[in-house]
Amino acid sequence: MKKFRTSRTFPAIFALSACEGPQSAFDAAGAEAARVLTLFWVMLIGAVAIWAVVVAIGYYATKTRPGQHSEKAGLRLIIWGGCVFPTVVLAMLLFWGLRMMPDLRPPGDGPTIAVSGERFWWRVAYGVEGEPGVVRNLPIGGVPSANEIWIPLGKRTEILLGSPDVIHSFWVPPLAGKMDAIPGRVNRLILEPTEVGVFNGACAEFCGTAHAQMGFRVVVVPETEFTEYVRAQAQPAAVPESEGLDLFIRNGCAACHAIRGTPPDGVVGPDLTHLASRRTIGAGIVPTTVENIADFVASPDHFKPGIEMPAFGMLPKDEIAQIAAWLGSLE
Amino acid sequence: MQIFGRTKDNLWTLIAAPVIWGIHFLFSYFLAAFRCAPNADIFESIGSTRVAIGFVTLVSLCLIALVIRRAWHEWLTGGGGFRNDQDTPEGRESFLEFSTLLLAGLSFAAVVFETMPILVIGDCR
Repeated sequence: MKKFRTSRTFPAIFALSACEGPQSAFDAAGAEAARVLTLFWVMLIGAVAIWAVVVAIGYYATKTRPGQHSEKAGLRLIIWGGCVFPTVVLAMLLFWGLRMMPDLRPPGDGPTIAVSGERFWWRVAYGVEGEPGVVRNLPIGGVPSANEIWIPLGKRTEILLGSPDVIHSFWVPPLAGKMDAIPGRVNRLILEPTEVGVFNGACAEFCGTAHAQMGFRVVVVPETEFTEYVRAQAQPAAVPESEGLDLFIRNGCAACHAIRGTPPDGVVGPDLTHLASRRTIGAGIVPTTVENIADFVASPDHFKPGIEMPAFGMLPKDEIAQIAAWLGSLE
Repeated sequence: MQIFGRTKDNLWTLIAAPVIWGIHFLFSYFLAAFRCAPNADIFESIGSTRVAIGFVTLVSLCLIALVIRRAWHEWLTGGGGFRNDQDTPEGRESFLEFSTLLLAGLSFAAVVFETMPILVIGDCR
């Protein structure tokens, strides 16, 4: 008896545990996600009801009253159950779903943030000015960051999406539906969070070998905290005195990475000015620790197959450790 | 189907309603895409696009209704049976009339569904 209960309880726990968490569309923390969730439940309940009716009819026809029915009864069932009912139900669901669409994309009343999907990370710029459209690129300027996006609570933040390489898709399940980032085109997505917290985002369009490792974090905070964060991010790096900077430059890291306030000004890879203030490195892959930074520098391909960054495992271990320790202090 | 005083159904009369549905779909799709694909001025009203699609919808529904009316009339005149499994000219005619009726009903519902977005969506968001 005990075994029977356990066999039922564990699957239920596993099933329910997937409904919560920072990357679950079932745990809505944004206006759009809440509407999508409502839509899902209504569709699900309707689908289950229709399924139950079909199974009941099947049971009736095979068990309760097997045998031939009159042609009139059969015709009535086909017309009402097979034509009128699905047409009316689908029309109502379609109309209801369509009614939601205009409200999902209202004008923004918060900051505008440019997010560029690049294989395999997310370039972020706060406080840009631009509009969606085709045959255009994301607006330049703004306060640069990468792989972590802070947005204010209760405001409709406008995310402008683009890409320089292939099509990606920006998706934060607890906050909103997904939107493609397409080369040569600027798309627009509204994030209107209703709860503070840290949420996981992902690339939802296959973009290459490390597509599954192309994550990011969205941090929802009160508006004053958001303003303070962006102001801090706009500052140049508080560079601690260290051999790390010299090694960073000497080994060629500056060709791809920028650290504002220092000579490195590369634009190929993520801006590392405030790397240590971010929760993760490698686009949401591992927590930001000195050990993880060192491992990533030594063997980035191990974390993200197909990444453009070359491996620096040939450097002496103490040099890698010094670079990692220095990068880990850039808050 | 009664055309110019003759009663004769064939595959062309059978697909008349789905063809109207297809033309309506292409017209609506291309016009909406032409207006909204540039992804610019997304809050601007698209009233003229909605009116144009609405007009074509009315014409399409009237034509499909005509097909339904004729098929329905011809089918009832021929006896209105559902079983047309005899290899006879009458059986073939009745089969085509009833099939035309069903396809036209489906096409009518499809055109209504396709048009529903213009009732509730007023811009390119």
